[in-house]
Amino acid sequence: MLSRLAAGNTLPIVIVVAAIVVAWYGFAVYLNMPWQLGVYERSGTTWTFADLVRDTLAQERPVLPSPHQVFAEMWRTTVEVAPTSRRSLLYHAWVTLSSTLLGFALGTLLGILLAVFIVHNRAMDKSVMPWVVASQTIPILAIAPMIIVVLNAVGLTGLLPKALISTYLSFFPVVVGMVKGLRSPEPIQLDLMRTYSASAAQTFWKLRWPSAMPYLFTSLKVAVAISLVGAIVGELPTGAVAGLGARLLAGSYYGQTVQIWSALFMAAALAAILVAVIGAGHRMVLKRMGMAQ
Amino acid sequence: MTNPFILALLFWIAAWALNEWLVRLSPRPAAMRRLIDVLVPLVFGIAVLAMWEGVVRGFAIPSVLLPPPSMIWARIVNSVPILWADFRQTFLKAVLIGYVLGCGAGFLVAILIDRSPFLQRGLLPLGNFVSALPIIGIAPIMVMWFGFDWPSKAAVVIIMTFFPMLVNTVQGLAASSAIDRDLMRTYAAGYWQTLFKLRLPAAAPFIFNALKINSTLALIGAIVAEFFGTPIVGMGFRISTEVGRMNVDMVWAEIAVAALAGSVFYGVVALAERAVTFWHPSVRGG
Repeated sequence: MLSRLAAGNTLPIVIVVAAIVVAWYGFAVYLNMPWQLGVYERSGTTWTFADLVRDTLAQERPVLPSPHQVFAEMWRTTVEVAPTSRRSLLYHAWVTLSSTLLGFALGTLLGILLAVFIVHNRAMDKSVMPWVVASQTIPILAIAPMIIVVLNAVGLTGLLPKALISTYLSFFPVVVGMVKGLRSPEPIQLDLMRTYSASAAQTFWKLRWPSAMPYLFTSLKVAVAISLVGAIVGELPTGAVAGLGARLLAGSYYGQTVQIWSALFMAAALAAILVAVIGAGHRMVLKRMGMAQ
Repeated sequence: MTNPFILALLFWIAAWALNEWLVRLSPRPAAMRRLIDVLVPLVFGIAVLAMWEGVVRGFAIPSVLLPPPSMIWARIVNSVPILWADFRQTFLKAVLIGYVLGCGAGFLVAILIDRSPFLQRGLLPLGNFVSALPIIGIAPIMVMWFGFDWPSKAAVVIIMTFFPMLVNTVQGLAASSAIDRDLMRTYAAGYWQTLFKLRLPAAAPFIFNALKINSTLALIGAIVAEFFGTPIVGMGFRISTEVGRMNVDMVWAEIAVAALAGSVFYGVVALAERAVTFWHPSVRGG
């Protein structure tokens, strides 16, 4: 039993995570110590090491909050507050999630369309593909505040401007993956389609599209993670109204470290859920198509 | 008086036709073919710029919303000292230092855990998971810990670049085939000899993949970290303040510099890759 656990990934991961948590507590005590020592000195209390540990892990505005403080804050802002309230972390997570999903959907659509054109037109392939690659060496997130302000000035407010940043970030992995995927059929298979006198559309729907599916889902996983980053950064310049990015910014303005960390953990949970959902879709589609390993 | 938009549209069509003609040419000499490969995207890029200029002028879009390329170019030429100071603060200090330290640390940790399959199995899935997280969110925390100046930005860059490097290097070190490793064993090569002469060269494509991913991540990390507080210099700082003052041409000038820096950075890494992994099929096949 134990050797089976050690052979798999579970035990190593659990041990590494446990080590990280222990190290985190150590750092929390160490980093919060100077402030706590100052407090003791001013009030003139005598303290033991146990006192020090207890107090450093329970500060109001710690340099590094302890994990249980972060989880207590998350519990307080998700379970004990109504999800519709502006003080609920779920409300902010939903704001971020909605623009992530909209941007992701638009980016996927744009990416697939571009890939289809690139595969079917040589001029498009030669002229657009280098710029698609170059567009990602541009730190596009730097333009995020710009795009938001410009679109607000045009009268586009709310969800769409933020979603467009996610779109820009997520179309790239989809284009690259789909171009590869749509080109993945072997020449012999394409030849077979030609002997059936299949039209371009038939070849596309019956051969190219199905064989691109594994590539599509792999890129979608990258795209959804990067969409979330785009949505969070897109929320920074809107004046910290709502969303996880706004929570980060507000937390950094007011020195609320516990709030920042709980927003970060929420973002991490969102990313994990999104990637897991895409992964499940991946397995399901491949199974239906009889391509599962 | 012709509408600039019509002119731009005509130019676009002409450029597209030129490209369609160019890709149908298949000249014998390899040099000519390479020239066409460079020319086609170049023509496309110029056509996009012309279209942009034409649309902005033709529809009289206020320059607060979208300045024409010519105006951005004029602004770049006029404010070279400011752009250079921002570039030095953000790129030469935060990005480069953070990139070197982050990639170096990821590489060293990968070598360290190479001898322990247990740690590898524990760290790899975590590393993959962390790579999917919005790490950029730690920027405000780093600004709190390390202050407003460039060290906090470098810290963000270090953390962002660490995990892709770690994961790719570990994968790369496992990439050499069993038969190659057996050959090294028949030569009675030690662990370090096998590492330096076989496994590291075999890992080079993976390592360069991480270096390329990181070159983009590093610039993004440093610029976004500056949104959370900086001294009064830096590309991210300039972008956020000039947006507030509606100096949109300055913002675009800064974006152009960032784009150029990002592309050159990526290009340098890609060139180094070609030089180091000259034996790899994807390079050799050209």
